[in-house]
Amino acid sequence: MSASFEPVIGRYINLDLFGRAHRIYVEEAGQGTPLLCLHTAGSDTRQYRGLMNHSAITEGHRVIAFDMPWHGKSSPPAGWHEEEYQLTSAHYTTMILDIMTALDLEQPIVMGCSIGGRIALHLALDHPERFRAIIGLQAGAHVDPYYDLNFLHRPDVHGGEMAGAIVSGLVGPDAPVKERWETLWHYMQGGPGVFKGDLYFYKVDGDIRDRVGRIDTKRCPLFLLSGEYDYSCTPEETLAVAASIPGCEVTIMKGLGHFPMSENPESFVGHLMPVLDKIRALAVPR
Amino acid sequence: MEAPLIELLKDKVNADAALVRRGRFLTTTFLVEVGTTQWLVSIVEGRIISVTQGPFVMPSWSFALRAPQEEWQKFWSANPQPGSNDLMALIRRRVLTAEGDLHVFMANLRYFKESLEKLRPARVVA
Repeated sequence: MSASFEPVIGRYINLDLFGRAHRIYVEEAGQGTPLLCLHTAGSDTRQYRGLMNHSAITEGHRVIAFDMPWHGKSSPPAGWHEEEYQLTSAHYTTMILDIMTALDLEQPIVMGCSIGGRIALHLALDHPERFRAIIGLQAGAHVDPYYDLNFLHRPDVHGGEMAGAIVSGLVGPDAPVKERWETLWHYMQGGPGVFKGDLYFYKVDGDIRDRVGRIDTKRCPLFLLSGEYDYSCTPEETLAVAASIPGCEVTIMKGLGHFPMSENPESFVGHLMPVLDKIRALAVPR
Repeated sequence: MEAPLIELLKDKVNADAALVRRGRFLTTTFLVEVGTTQWLVSIVEGRIISVTQGPFVMPSWSFALRAPQEEWQKFWSANPQPGSNDLMALIRRRVLTAEGDLHVFMANLRYFKESLEKLRPARVVA
């Protein structure tokens, strides 16, 4: 028998968010520049398992990720059973900044994917001083709904099967089988209505089209990376955002889809390392 | 290309025990429209029992998937390009129309995606 521990350490933090008590799961690995990672809608921190286990990343970075309330091992707040979960831009921003404060994170790099990529644009616009650099994965300014979101949460459709099947085609074709299905499993495990509630931010409340051009990359460097096979946030949409922001750097990742860090960690690290190297070279105290 | 191709669906799906098992609660007939050609695909407890080519006089089906022939051709290529690699990608581009009782389609989405992808030749690895 062979057994080995990963370098990933998880803990729970209790704090107030939006005036309510929350129990939030946080995990981390590595040492150095803090790199705060935000998972996609309907998933959790396990999407960053590849980065947290990759020595090229963790040698120079303290990789940190938290499960959003309602996701993964974080609980929904007391009273949730009477509510409809809907993520808003305001709550999403508040939770990120408050968790950073609670963890004493001083100007981390923040990297978010999908809804995390969208909020990265909000952070670049509204809170650039809090970050050393911002990385948006699969980041677009807006996505119109292209299917009836009610199918994600109704008693006569299995929510986990539905969420997994909805996003399955967003995984790139070259993803290793193991990582593809691990990625989909996280979706299948989401709580009832949680993926749908996240998409309220993604498709309605988080629309940043009219403001995204005002992002000032001199206040905080912004890097966008998007997978070629993503039809939720297409490369064209990421390129359009990048074109509207002077100084924004963009990478289109061949063969990858909507979940680069989770569906194909090895390939993604190849695209991420040059970005982290650039951020290191830029790093001067501001 | 489409005439013999769609008929292969029956043998290809029924030969996949895991796929048939996932469809064990699924009994329905759906319509596939490839350009101007229509097909009715009948499923009983996850097994495809018939694939019938139109034209039909009074077809009954639970839901229909309609797309131009060139879009299905791209979807059924060995290495589909971005935007053609998944039914939802076609729907997102508004080239595939899903209509009718979509509950049965959505509740069994993985089954229908994987069944229709069976018509692709083996993926070519560069």
